Amino acid sequence: MSQKPLIREVPPTSWYFRHPRYLRYMSREVTSIFVGAYCVLLVFGLGALAGGKESYESFLLALQSPLSIAFHVLAFIAALYHATTWFNATQVAMKIQIGEDFVPGSTITGAHYVIWAVLSVIIILLAGVF
Amino acid sequence: MKERVIQLEVFRYNPDTDTEGHYQHYEVSCLEEWVVLDALNKVKETLDPTLNFRWSCHMAVCGSCGMMINGEPKLACHTFLRNYPGTIRVEPLVHFPVERDLVTAPDDFMEKLKRVKPYIIRKQKQPIEQGEYKQTPKELLRFRQYAMCINCTLCYAACPEYGLTKHFIGPAALALAHRYNQDSRDQGRDERQEVVATKEGIWECTFVGACSEVCPVHVDPASALQQMKIASSFDWIKEHLLPGGGK
Repeated sequence: MSQKPLIREVPPTSWYFRHPRYLRYMSREVTSIFVGAYCVLLVFGLGALAGGKESYESFLLALQSPLSIAFHVLAFIAALYHATTWFNATQVAMKIQIGEDFVPGSTITGAHYVIWAVLSVIIILLAGVF
Repeated sequence: MKERVIQLEVFRYNPDTDTEGHYQHYEVSCLEEWVVLDALNKVKETLDPTLNFRWSCHMAVCGSCGMMINGEPKLACHTFLRNYPGTIRVEPLVHFPVERDLVTAPDDFMEKLKRVKPYIIRKQKQPIEQGEYKQTPKELLRFRQYAMCINCTLCYAACPEYGLTKHFIGPAALALAHRYNQDSRDQGRDERQEVVATKEGIWECTFVGACSEVCPVHVDPASALQQMKIASSFDWIKEHLLPGGGK
């Protein structure tokens, strides 16, 4: 290396504005906040359930507020985006070799979507929606 | 053949006189079929012999001419002028110190490459009379993709994690570790794990995936790193959750 190389620092808080692919990555990461927040909400729900019928009913009533509905819509969109970006990434992480050939990436990602759909239907049935 | 006047904005830095880099504008007539490297060579030959950049093979094999072209890490010999209708901004690869103009210092990458032991390790070497270590086509295909790396370091320039966290071993070196781990002739995975399965290794990767998007030879380093994360997680499960450490 030369005596005086030029060091160009990466801006620690604004680097992701440098390229659209970094913004896409950060948007995927940000969706985790909504997923995490929804988990916290579920924990509160369990706490309310443990507190008896009255506390659980007031929890359910609070869920019907406009603020809560707006949060649920946002959390749902975030969870969908998070899940689809993650499922699309599975074909990068999983290389399944059969003989000399590798299973196509679209098959691996497709299988995740199928499992997702089947599990969602089972959960909806168990929840008594239908 | 059609000619076109190309506008180039080229990053300049002279360590003897400059404290900061600056951009120099060049206007040069080029054939439409040329690549950015041809345009830079014409600038050097006809306009400015002081311009510095590395190149060698002109066919995307040597990996020497990596630079930022309109903000994207690219091989200059593999980037066609016809795909760039406006001014082309050429800068040295980001995340590396600049030696002079478009020349960067790859020392950090070279040191990290050595640490992952990118060569076949045998616990017991076979005597030469027993012949070569044989391998089936299926076994070869398990790692061939990762053996195509030309060490151009475009993936390091694309990886924000490497830019922010200098101790990160980085995509190409870790992909080469995976290449040898996947090789049926190799017995050195345990030795490599001491470097690979650490916070400087695979666990520093947050799967941005930019390394694979810019790789000019489709090595897909991101897939190598994610596969190593899965294998290392299984190692942990075996060691901590199975009776007798899974042995």
